[in-house]
Amino acid sequence: MNIAEHFPVLVIVIPLLSAVIIPVVGRNNTLYSWYITVAVTLSCFLISLSLLNTVMSKGKISYWLGGWEPPWGIEYVVDYLNAFVLIVVAFIAFIVSLYAKKSVEKEIDENKITPFYSIYLLFVAGLMGIVITGDIFNLYVFLEIASLAGYALIAVGRKRAALMASYNYLILGTIAATFILLGIGYLYMVTGTLNMADLRDRLPMLYESRVVRTAFAFFTVGLSLKLALFPLHAWLPNAYTYAPSVVSAIMAATATKVGAYALLRVMFTVFKPEFDLQVVPVTKILIVLALIAIIAGSVLAVAQTNLKRMLAYSSVGQIGYIVLGAALANQVAMTGSLLHILNHSLMKGALFLAVGAVVYKLGIEEISGLKGMGKKMPFTMAAFTVGGISMIGVPLTVGFVSKWYIVLGALASDMWFIVPVILLSSLLTAVYFWRIIEGIYFAVPDGAGQIRDDAPLGLLVPTMVLAGLCIFFGVAAVIPASIAGKAANMLLGGV
Amino acid sequence: MLEFIAGKYNYWIHVTLMMIGFYAIIAKGNLIKKVIGMNIFQTAVFLFYISISKVKGGTAPIVWDEAVLYNNPLPHVLILTAIVVSVSTTAVALALIIRIYREYGTIEEDEILAMGGERINAQR
Repeated sequence: MNIAEHFPVLVIVIPLLSAVIIPVVGRNNTLYSWYITVAVTLSCFLISLSLLNTVMSKGKISYWLGGWEPPWGIEYVVDYLNAFVLIVVAFIAFIVSLYAKKSVEKEIDENKITPFYSIYLLFVAGLMGIVITGDIFNLYVFLEIASLAGYALIAVGRKRAALMASYNYLILGTIAATFILLGIGYLYMVTGTLNMADLRDRLPMLYESRVVRTAFAFFTVGLSLKLALFPLHAWLPNAYTYAPSVVSAIMAATATKVGAYALLRVMFTVFKPEFDLQVVPVTKILIVLALIAIIAGSVLAVAQTNLKRMLAYSSVGQIGYIVLGAALANQVAMTGSLLHILNHSLMKGALFLAVGAVVYKLGIEEISGLKGMGKKMPFTMAAFTVGGISMIGVPLTVGFVSKWYIVLGALASDMWFIVPVILLSSLLTAVYFWRIIEGIYFAVPDGAGQIRDDAPLGLLVPTMVLAGLCIFFGVAAVIPASIAGKAANMLLGGV
Repeated sequence: MLEFIAGKYNYWIHVTLMMIGFYAIIAKGNLIKKVIGMNIFQTAVFLFYISISKVKGGTAPIVWDEAVLYNNPLPHVLILTAIVVSVSTTAVALALIIRIYREYGTIEEDEILAMGGERINAQR
């Protein structure tokens, strides 16, 4: 038996089983649960890399669960698109788990740490499952695994508002998931299949059917809620603000990206691009909503005084970019959108981890608390600054690359009015980040702020790695862009 | 017209139930009532799945010599999974409500929002 054949399923099975093993092994010593979490997320990352390697050399991988032939059995499919997203998710999960040890010890009760790691792995397993599955009902199940784990992770937050944030997310998330379930039911009713590739073949002759269109509407609304597209973002700011730092980082960097991936899958793989462009005006609606999200997210972020809430609103804006690139539906913009999935994960990850380090050291979440921190915590603040200028979109950082692709894509589609919107949003981003960066380096700190006292290495190294990659992939943008380009071709041009 | 209403009664029931649940989620201020609404909302979708699996003249999908037609068992299986999901969601929601009640002393949404949430959890 060749173990490499089973990589597509191992990437789910390993975190899922470990989530069960952790409470037993780590019962008396939380350190063991941390070791397992790091080992599992690292192995998931390595497996994802190897999957991408296989896809590059041999083409699409199709894995039949239990040997049952699709469309009867569940199929896991790995192509350029999901190999790319898998790597992003697994890498961020690994980096955040490295960071988790110190941060979790500080922010979460001793007796809750082991269950925390267990749920963390369930969350990762759910996200990986959404990405890798080729069966639409399986997607729903994994979506719920990830969501339920997500509600629990948010509720661990220290302030009591975390409970309400989690509850609201639970209600909205369940509505979204039920919409998706209903959409699946409608598609099953008219086609009799649940396999995505099979649906793709069978649906075109039914594109005029009202049932299919209704199903598509349910999918779009449900997934938009999951990925927090404006105006369905209401759950996001509170959830990110009150969750523990580690959870904010992993959720901001991966959960909404996976939602965006699921939307792309449904829009361009289950349905064909012609359906989105010609049969229903979904791309037009999404472009308008995405533009509003880009502006509104930035405007709302400017108005915030809490760091994490500011980053959360900025996420709402950045999700707008991802949806915008996808809705433009041309190769360049789609590449930009996929790149933004990676790039935004890196920058938001770096920013949330840097803020987490400040919370660890000083317990401050307010923007005013960062005054003069450049002297006290130079490395953390350097990472924050890199993340910040990346968000603004300064050349040689990742933020610039994906915005550049999306602007080019907008021009290619003759939608010039998108360009000023992106410029305006970048300007607003500059406003809300620059006032912080200025405070960090030019304001005079209060008394104790003069002494250098940076975060411990356990927090610093993961933060610096993400910040470093923001620069690295900003310069060496060719590497992710070539993969994203191939994925975009696949989404738009067929198999 | 009668055909439209009577012939598709299962869909009418499903949509009506779903909207009752949806209304409860949106309009009710009590957190428990919201969860009840959520359950009605989900159950409506389950009933929809079950109703589409019915084949006219079909029997339960168990191998039987006299059977001519079987109902489609696949939606049943899917819904078993969805019910498990629904039960877990309800459990998580109720667990959260218990914690919320301990922290705030109420489960009315407007009262909770008026109180503010900055206080650090008392339990720890």
